[in-house]
Amino acid sequence: MTMLKTLAPYEFKSRDALENYKGRQLVYINWERHRMFSRPFVVALTPDTPFSTIIAQMAECFSYHPDWAQIDWDKALWQNGKNSFTPDRNKSLAENGIGHKDLIRFRTPGLDGIAGTGY
Amino acid sequence: MDMKASKKLGLKERYTLMTRDLAWDTTYQPMDKVFPQTAYEGIKIHDWDKWEDPFRLTMDAYWKYQSEKERKLYAILDGFNQNNGHLSVTDARYINVLKLFLGSTPPLELMAARGFSMMGRHMQGAGPRVACQMQAVDEYRHFQTQIHSISNYNKYYNGMDEFAHQQSRMWYLSDGKSFFDDAITAGPFEFMVAIGFAFEYVLTNILFVPFISGAAYNGDMAAMTVGFSAQSDEARHMTLGLECIKFMLEQDPDNLPIVQRWIDKWTWRGTRKLASVGMMMDYMLPKRIMSFKEAWEMYVEENGGALFKDLARYGITIPKCFSQTIEEKEHVSHQSWIGFYMKPQATPFHTWIPTPDEMDWLSEKYPNTFDQYYRPVLEFFDAQEKAGKRFNNQTAPMNCQVCVSTIKFNEPGDPMEMCFRETTYQGEKFHFCSDHCQEIFEHEPEKYIQTFISSHQVLQGNCEPEGVDVNAPDFQPGKQILDYWKLDKRALGDFNGSEDQKNFAAWREQATKN
Repeated sequence: MTMLKTLAPYEFKSRDALENYKGRQLVYINWERHRMFSRPFVVALTPDTPFSTIIAQMAECFSYHPDWAQIDWDKALWQNGKNSFTPDRNKSLAENGIGHKDLIRFRTPGLDGIAGTGY
Repeated sequence: MDMKASKKLGLKERYTLMTRDLAWDTTYQPMDKVFPQTAYEGIKIHDWDKWEDPFRLTMDAYWKYQSEKERKLYAILDGFNQNNGHLSVTDARYINVLKLFLGSTPPLELMAARGFSMMGRHMQGAGPRVACQMQAVDEYRHFQTQIHSISNYNKYYNGMDEFAHQQSRMWYLSDGKSFFDDAITAGPFEFMVAIGFAFEYVLTNILFVPFISGAAYNGDMAAMTVGFSAQSDEARHMTLGLECIKFMLEQDPDNLPIVQRWIDKWTWRGTRKLASVGMMMDYMLPKRIMSFKEAWEMYVEENGGALFKDLARYGITIPKCFSQTIEEKEHVSHQSWIGFYMKPQATPFHTWIPTPDEMDWLSEKYPNTFDQYYRPVLEFFDAQEKAGKRFNNQTAPMNCQVCVSTIKFNEPGDPMEMCFRETTYQGEKFHFCSDHCQEIFEHEPEKYIQTFISSHQVLQGNCEPEGVDVNAPDFQPGKQILDYWKLDKRALGDFNGSEDQKNFAAWREQATKN
């Protein structure tokens, strides 16, 4: 229930509604404890994009970090928002349960950034 | 016929005649129709005559003071320019703090002028109406003097000329634009708390006193004069904002929870806006006058704390965000600078890594955080740059739906973790930088679902220069974003190797040698 007080009817659409992306959806990606990229990045992809595309985009951005080459991919932990999940690289975003504006959080235990700073 | 000299009016009489006496109660139309915005926010006012005018300033006296200030200001600016004052600043890195300050502030001053013009129309009492009209003129004056300052530097340095075009388009200017858009689309009383109180107390105090003192310390007499000329108005503005709060609280006890919510909201929004001022103080001034943390302690914790103590007798409590801001003062300037450093191709000012002695200064000023969390990262970037691999993060950032800051702040209590918050509204997810921004959203979601987030707009194909066919099969959104922003390519990249750096060195050489 809104608390917004107005003098007249006030109805506006969300500026980021799914339909504004012409068949694509937003996905945010963050590498936890690697805040050098100090902000998750955002991409717009179609729901049938394989998850491996996200990993490729992560590599493009994150490989600048010396920890990237140290990742033990079998130990990597993934979250979609607050919920843990195990993505299937060959399956699509939709099949991996990734919806519009979902935040993918990627955690690499034992790797805590430059000199353990979280960066 | 004998001339009868009438007695000169006393100050009080003059004030009455020239302010409250100019107002009248309408009879052709009921007052609530003439002032339709007075009541809808829920603020109850029973007697507008109870408004205490803090300055008792009449328009004629106002013009006199302001014109004197203008004459002094422009005399100093002219002298500064005729003597190539820009070459007397500490070093050319300093110019970049002006690019950020003068590139982002004038459009906000203009929004303040618009807002206070609206207040001058919509406040029902004559006292606040006159005071708001004066403040509108002040804000317009700040807008103009800041633009005159831009023109002086713009002759010599790159990246300052498109500030007006960039205001509503550039990613990093969205937070300030959103702050004022949010305030000006609220009702008149909320606007007064947002701009008259929170913005003036939290932000302009730190911007115009310690930061502008820093400009003077770096040899920039022009920016110092512009800043202090504005600050002499800010004292009056703060008093007006505070008077408005006291007036609302004295008029009706039902006003308290509404005012408290606005104070909580706008103190937090002001704090978020201040993160970039922190980085200006700690990283962009070659000679530093005090750290952002010290400024925060003096201007917000001590002065702000005393202010809230004063308001306690009305039932106002310290804003909910206060403890988080105290924790964050150790971090935000570093997090902001790293945030800008990583984007050398996306700002019309240069960034750089602090020199070793500047890092030592930061260690001394931030003994609890700098060496542990930030120095190693800056040293890593420095080594990378020297190896020819200057950091250039080309991805599009995620932003908070309310304050529109890029998501870069840490989880309270854990500097290693990024802070994320999210909520769902009408089936769509929304993300925030903090509990406080989430709470602001949840109170009025209809408003914030319309937020302009630059990186999202790029991905929707809404940020293209003229002539781009967004329906072409090979269209890639954002490919020509620099042209859309009208970014001067010479202003991009690291400070080291920039045209500004070379020109400044050459000109200073000419000025000091044969």
